[in-house]
Amino acid sequence: MFNKILIANRGEIACRIIKTAKKMGVLTVAVYSDADKDALHVHMADEAIYLGPSPSRESYLLGDNVIAAAIKTGAQAIHPGYGFLSENAEFCRNCATNNLTFIGPPVQAIEAMGSKSAAKSIMEKAQVPLVPGYHGEDQSSAIIKKAADKMGYPVLLKATAGGGGKGMRQVWSETEFKEGLAAAKREAMSSFGDDTMLVEKYLTQPRHVEIQVFCDNHQNAVYLFERDCSVQRRHQKVIEEAPAFKMSEKLRAQMGESAIKSAQAIGYQGAGTVEFLLDVDGSFYFMEMNTRLQVEHPVTEMISGQDLVEWQLRVAAGETLPKTQEQLILNGHAFEARIYAEDANNDFLPATGKLSLLKTPVESAHVRIDTGVRQGDEVSVYYDPMIAKLIVWDESRDKALKRLSKALSEYRINGVTTNIDFLYNLATSSPFIEEDIDTGFIEKNKALIFNDTKKALLNELPIAALYLVLSIEKSAQQSAQQSNDPHSPWHNANAWRLNEAHTHTLVLAHNDVEYRVEVEQKRQGSDAYYLINLDGEQFDCQGTLDNNSMVVNINGHRSHTTIHRNNNHISLFRANGVFNFIHILPDCGQLDSDDNHGGLTAPMNGTMVSVLVNAGEMVSKEQPLIIMEAMKMEHTIKAPSDGKIEEVYFNAGDMVDGGAELLAFSPLEQE
Amino acid sequence: MAKLVSKINTRSQDFLDNATHMQTQIDDLRAKLDDIKLGGGERARNRHLDRGKLLPRDRVNALLDDGSAFLEFSQLAAYKVYQDNVPCAGMITGIGRVSGQECVIVANDATVKGGTYYPLTVKKHLRAQAIAQENNLPCIYLVDSGGANLPNQDDVFPDKEHFGRIFFNQANMSANNIPQIAVVMGSCTAGGAYVPAMADESIIVKEQGTIFLAGPPLVKAATGEEVSAEDLGGADVHCRTSGVTDHYAQNDHHALKIARSAIQNLNRIKPVNIDFQQVVEPEYPCEDIYGIIPKDTRHPYDIREIIARIVDGSNFDEFKALYGTTLVCGFAHIFGYPVGIVANNGVLFGESAEKGAHFIQLCAQRKIPLVFLQNITGFMVGKQYESGGIAKHGAKMVTAVATAQVPKFTILIGGSFGAGNYGMCGRAYDPRFLFMWPNARISVMGGEQAAGVLAQVTRDKKEKLGEDWSESDEQAFKQPIIQNYEHQGHPYYASARLWDDGIIDPKDTRQVLGLAISASMNKPIEETKFGIFRM
Repeated sequence: MFNKILIANRGEIACRIIKTAKKMGVLTVAVYSDADKDALHVHMADEAIYLGPSPSRESYLLGDNVIAAAIKTGAQAIHPGYGFLSENAEFCRNCATNNLTFIGPPVQAIEAMGSKSAAKSIMEKAQVPLVPGYHGEDQSSAIIKKAADKMGYPVLLKATAGGGGKGMRQVWSETEFKEGLAAAKREAMSSFGDDTMLVEKYLTQPRHVEIQVFCDNHQNAVYLFERDCSVQRRHQKVIEEAPAFKMSEKLRAQMGESAIKSAQAIGYQGAGTVEFLLDVDGSFYFMEMNTRLQVEHPVTEMISGQDLVEWQLRVAAGETLPKTQEQLILNGHAFEARIYAEDANNDFLPATGKLSLLKTPVESAHVRIDTGVRQGDEVSVYYDPMIAKLIVWDESRDKALKRLSKALSEYRINGVTTNIDFLYNLATSSPFIEEDIDTGFIEKNKALIFNDTKKALLNELPIAALYLVLSIEKSAQQSAQQSNDPHSPWHNANAWRLNEAHTHTLVLAHNDVEYRVEVEQKRQGSDAYYLINLDGEQFDCQGTLDNNSMVVNINGHRSHTTIHRNNNHISLFRANGVFNFIHILPDCGQLDSDDNHGGLTAPMNGTMVSVLVNAGEMVSKEQPLIIMEAMKMEHTIKAPSDGKIEEVYFNAGDMVDGGAELLAFSPLEQE
Repeated sequence: MAKLVSKINTRSQDFLDNATHMQTQIDDLRAKLDDIKLGGGERARNRHLDRGKLLPRDRVNALLDDGSAFLEFSQLAAYKVYQDNVPCAGMITGIGRVSGQECVIVANDATVKGGTYYPLTVKKHLRAQAIAQENNLPCIYLVDSGGANLPNQDDVFPDKEHFGRIFFNQANMSANNIPQIAVVMGSCTAGGAYVPAMADESIIVKEQGTIFLAGPPLVKAATGEEVSAEDLGGADVHCRTSGVTDHYAQNDHHALKIARSAIQNLNRIKPVNIDFQQVVEPEYPCEDIYGIIPKDTRHPYDIREIIARIVDGSNFDEFKALYGTTLVCGFAHIFGYPVGIVANNGVLFGESAEKGAHFIQLCAQRKIPLVFLQNITGFMVGKQYESGGIAKHGAKMVTAVATAQVPKFTILIGGSFGAGNYGMCGRAYDPRFLFMWPNARISVMGGEQAAGVLAQVTRDKKEKLGEDWSESDEQAFKQPIIQNYEHQGHPYYASARLWDDGIIDPKDTRQVLGLAISASMNKPIEETKFGIFRM
């Protein structure tokens, strides 16, 4: 076994690898960029080497610097994690040249799988099933139709030059074929000037099922069962699970053996994943092979009881695989949810910011959290905005899923927009529970998963209002206890009025619609109950609030709610999803400093793309002044009114922090 | 402590009848107040809102801490006093919590006659200031007033307890470190200009608040100068140029937020120096009081039944229980604060008065606040009692009440007649707060007695002249007197004239007392120096 390894990665995966290395008594070296100088992985490692500035192309992607760091620290091997250099053949080769072990597959395997079309022909030769298709040069209609008839309908016609759905057509039966082909060719010709077509079998409800394989350099190979990663958005996995649901022992063995065949076809070593499309009829087709440890590997660890990183180190050190196929036992069910800093309601736009509050569910045999950040850390623009992976395990899918939604409801993050609501809504949606899942899941179930379509406000608004009143009471009690006059009835936050109902009036907004809710306290003390009035509808309510969990009884219906609150944003985690409300506070008007002060500030961290004006220039209202790029989106900063540019503080290409003043602007005096 | 055991049967017909009777009075009060709380008419309110201003009650609510109670005073002020309808006398006053401090709030209601000061508006303003002064409570004035009501100027301007006293009080409270904060949310004309000018800190709302000694019409009349209200005394003038105001607010909410910050910056700690206890709710529900108070005011009932529904845990350690039994005295707690309770349980005899004086001395010595539950027809009359020195015994109690420096709280729960009112800490005896139940009556003597006395005098006169006076003539003579006494002794009449601080629902008595006692704790209790007790 190695004495010391270098981890050429950051974030959760670096931390994950360090944990196993520590357990095995292997010393670790971390690498870091400017942005990560205080990151968790740097603190966890025994040593750490600075690579360069924050952008990954100037730090984590600089293979030579990584190799130099390994040499400098005397590390014998490099674990690349996933992403960055993990599938970079040249880096892998350079490791070998420098006598460093690359903890991963041989360079040939990386190269073989690097090209998708080359990979497919290797697999075809190895008799691994591929999606049936015709890629031939003979473009006569009869030949193409014959191929289509053979693979069975529906089929998908694609322009070989295509992209963006142009020149692509589904054909559902033999009779439609001729017309469909003609239309597709016309479209292809007009879009690309080339009407060469290929035809593939069209899978209507494909699932993404992948097999974890492991090979050593003693000709041993095993598969560690499968993972279902069908729930994806924009080709990014959202929730993964293992084992796949509706999976027979027979199919599992078939797929597993097929995967091993794939790996052996390219002389694979170490951990790899073979991705298949699984059709409803149980046929499966090779998609690609990932020659690295996958993000979602923990679900496999949970059901197999194996530590895949340990296996990687052992195999890389030349040992044989720790277990044979027969010794591997599938136990229970696991889910992984990827917690991201992103705005699911805004096309998954990545978010940045400081994790001002980070409270995770309690880790246990059932709940595991892989993360690379702590409270107070920054989610920056430079790297993937994943905050953590939440992994749960239980005996059955049902039980594990319940644990997943519970753990999600317990995850508290403030300071950065996260996808926790979205994940929770997904995990509690009935099609997900009922295993009605394929790769189109999110698209198909949009209405269920995105909370903006939730209408059941008559149940949830009173709960939100009751929560606010109870928390006002709670904080009043707390300040009472700290006071030197603790029993004063002035501490009671019951809005007592003389000869009048004791009413709290709250304005709550849901999806930009404001609702006025009146909460009348009917009795004090332990038997307090509340009359909630919402648009003339009355609710008899009682509730007890304990930190962020509340038991409510509304018109005799008792239920539990977990509440996340971030200032005046309130999210209710209910059995049927998350409901978000904003407590509308009184409008205190625009402050003068906003009106008159000349500064224009960056909306978020990003890069200056171009500065369109010069100091001294007169500009008119709405005139674009600066273009910034942040999170892969361009933002144009416009003049708030007619005025003069006094000074410009940045040049094109500069990195800018969110909130930074970009230029000095003095508005024209208006009469 | 000894627990009071109620002997009330809440299922008896009497109880139910009494409760219905009280409920009728409460319903009447509530209905009148619902109307009064709207302030000016709908048109005036809409005009106010259209200007982007908050209604005065919403201003108060926005100023208060989330969920804070508001102990409002004199809701019925000016009720049916003037030919004009002046709800609440055009002003909301009360105590509420702002940034954790109990403060007196005085808010003009511009929807009522432009917020101008009627004589009773002045009285209400001065009473709120007196409460602030006596209890050491910061004052927040939400100013939106056209100043003195000109047609009534003779009852508003010249006298000691008139308009000028408002500023005298502001200056003197400020001198005693009772903070004075003014929020100018509308006009502040003429004398009114001194409210913000005399304040420790003042806030003004842009395009809403104006302050000037003379408004544009008067300026034009005096000098011919034409100037807009905003240019004459708007927020910009006073925050940027004149320095009359200190803080510039964008709107009402912003102004109130600044006022809250001003209170937060006071560096005040409530000096609670009293042996308080854990709060225990009374053993019996306070709603029972409705059924306990007899429909017929001449029926006696045991005052301990009321005490049991007001004090913590219904615990009451009675003092001299077997002596002077028509006055019940004893120690109890309300919301954890120790109190001495002095409560009528019949007409006052010499012994009762002596016992009362003794008990008040105990409380003053020990610095225990006093609660008077007043239900008194007067001191016992007759030869036996006069010769027994009832006058000097009564005087002892009056002396004790008058000079005791502990906070005193009076609730008129029934009759308040004659010298009984004095011994039981009527308005003239400076209780920190005085509230009435809707069934209470207040006058120099009962209507029947007054009519009887006057009839007797008339009959004597007629007999001297040899005139005849038939029974029916006498009845006809007495009837209007009785009616007039009933009218003038009614709580609405009393409260309209600020003889009290408001009419309260009997079931709120414990709550009101708790809030009042707690508020009074803002002022350290002083040593008492008694006058001469005539022995």
